Amino acid sequence: MADIVLDKVGKQYPDGTVAVRDVDLEIADGEFVILVGPSGCGKSTLLNMIAGLEDISSGELRIGGERMNEKAPRDRDIAMVFQSYALYPNMTVRENMAFPLRLAKLDKATIDEKVAEAAKVLELTELLERKPANLSGGQRQRVAMGRAIVRSPKAFLMDEPLSNLDAKLRVQMRTVVSRLQKRLGTTTVYVTHDQTEAMTLGDRVVVLRAGVVQQVGDPQTLYDHPANLFVAGFIGSPAMNFLSARALDGALRTALGDVPIGDRLRGMLERGEAPQEMILGVRPEHFEDAALVDEAARAKGREFEAPVELVESMGSDKYVYLTVEGERASSAELEELAADAGAADLPAGGANLVTRLSAESRVREGGPYKVWFNLEKIHLFDPSDGRNITLHEGRAAGIS
Amino acid sequence: MESRGAKWRWGLLDVVVVVFALIPVLWIMSLSFKTTNTLTDGHFIPREWTLENYKTIFQTDQFVRALVNSIGIALISTLIAVVLGTMAAYAIARLDFPGKGLLVGVSLLIAMFPQVSLVSPLFDIERRLGLFDTWPGLILPYITFALPLTIYTLSAFFKQIPWDLEKAAKMDGATQGEAFRKVIAPLAAPGVFTTAILAFIFCWNDFLFAISLTSTERSRTVPVALSFFTGDSQFEDPTGSISAAAVVITVPIILFVLFFQRRIVSGLTSGAVKG
Repeated sequence: MADIVLDKVGKQYPDGTVAVRDVDLEIADGEFVILVGPSGCGKSTLLNMIAGLEDISSGELRIGGERMNEKAPRDRDIAMVFQSYALYPNMTVRENMAFPLRLAKLDKATIDEKVAEAAKVLELTELLERKPANLSGGQRQRVAMGRAIVRSPKAFLMDEPLSNLDAKLRVQMRTVVSRLQKRLGTTTVYVTHDQTEAMTLGDRVVVLRAGVVQQVGDPQTLYDHPANLFVAGFIGSPAMNFLSARALDGALRTALGDVPIGDRLRGMLERGEAPQEMILGVRPEHFEDAALVDEAARAKGREFEAPVELVESMGSDKYVYLTVEGERASSAELEELAADAGAADLPAGGANLVTRLSAESRVREGGPYKVWFNLEKIHLFDPSDGRNITLHEGRAAGIS
Repeated sequence: MESRGAKWRWGLLDVVVVVFALIPVLWIMSLSFKTTNTLTDGHFIPREWTLENYKTIFQTDQFVRALVNSIGIALISTLIAVVLGTMAAYAIARLDFPGKGLLVGVSLLIAMFPQVSLVSPLFDIERRLGLFDTWPGLILPYITFALPLTIYTLSAFFKQIPWDLEKAAKMDGATQGEAFRKVIAPLAAPGVFTTAILAFIFCWNDFLFAISLTSTERSRTVPVALSFFTGDSQFEDPTGSISAAAVVITVPIILFVLFFQRRIVSGLTSGAVKG
């Protein structure tokens, strides 16, 4: 076991494309770190560089305090689980798991013992004599994990290990991975494009965009205090709502009505630290049925009325889709996020608002409905560079 | 599901093709069992059966020597072509090096080059180098023409093997060589055997180079030796012994294919990646 330190690590291909730019990251011994981002953000490249499967163009990689840049993968003593599992099809499950031990030239008794132990942990004992072709997707995935844990490496690298499983199995395996990592206490770097996996699995999450680290932090911090528009839009499901907002006469004009501006923001506007045109971000759960909000809470927020387009009742709560007038917020980050979610070609129209209301709400489709939202939880972003204006000393401060 | 009518039509077509291909073979076999007197009687099934033709060819030194030459030359050429081809194909499938497209293009060009136009230059070259009428004199051109075929088919096979397997092997602690020997090579085996069969058949069947680049029994191969068959006397027809020899030389090919066929297990890579 060891810590992993990335010191200004970068990757540039011979044709000039930069896949990863100056990544600084310290992963503590035993920590579970998630690299997350849309496809093509450089997360897999970064993982392959830690593994030694791709050369590091600049910066330094240290594992357990030792420089690893020039070392071959076999000398780094780290194991990797591939998205495709990459099981050796000509070998049985037992031979697959024994392969790294055989290469390490351990004696047969030790190999048998270690394989049996790993097989027990992953409930593979009955499958040891089977070939990968005769295993289900979930079983193959477990064999791939078994091959990684069997030789107790310094660190695990996982490249979207669950993305080929069906939804139900993925949720199950997520807990298996999590428990396994806690039990073994091995430093783990896990790559995924699924923000739910990132939120649920990791001690810390690294959000990457176009090879640049956007924010590093524990899942709750990323969720509550996103550093920029990209992180705000990427983390959370359903995603944060974005609306355009304009500062005018001491108030913020938005499609949800006028919002008073606090002292801090006014000061920033006066000093030119914040633009007049901004993007307002509100998470779906920070809305509530106005009829259900008590007097004390009402003062902290604002009410507005909008036609209800669709109601999805989840039992525990209701997703209500509202149509509000006004321009759709636009920026490079939002377009990228929409493209990644495949939503770029959804029909345009009034800005659609996703809200999550209590299950007791009597909201009906069709007519207009009164909805309240919490002013303390809103974010404002600068459309030009995406930075979170409401972030004060790393915490989201609302528009106070 | 196809309709019954379509199935019948396809079945009939298959039968026609098979019969069309097999009749000449059966005819040759029939001729090889006929006696000299009944050779030309036109019956498909011999009226008088004899093994005399087979005895004759194995009694003549001419045929046995040619058989030894054929087996030796074809095996050596196949072996060298497959070993070189495997290495080249692996490089082509895995690496991006400058001039890769050109290399593949040129090797295909060689395969398409009309061999007959090379015969005279080769004849001159080999005579000056002292290769004329020797085993290497045939092995070299055979390798040259078998290599493009092996490189091309093998690189297609290597491309099918998921690259992740090699990465996984490296992560598991294998060197580049170990990854190739223990993971990639076993998976490429069906491709290697298929290619070996094709290369062997090419070398075995060649007549053009064999007749132009040999002059004595020292290195004459069977297809050429057949054309030099004569009867016991000027007036005797050698058709019977030629037929017998033709039947005999198809046997190694059949054995070769049967032997390697068992290794050509389809779907060997299934189960390697996702599901």
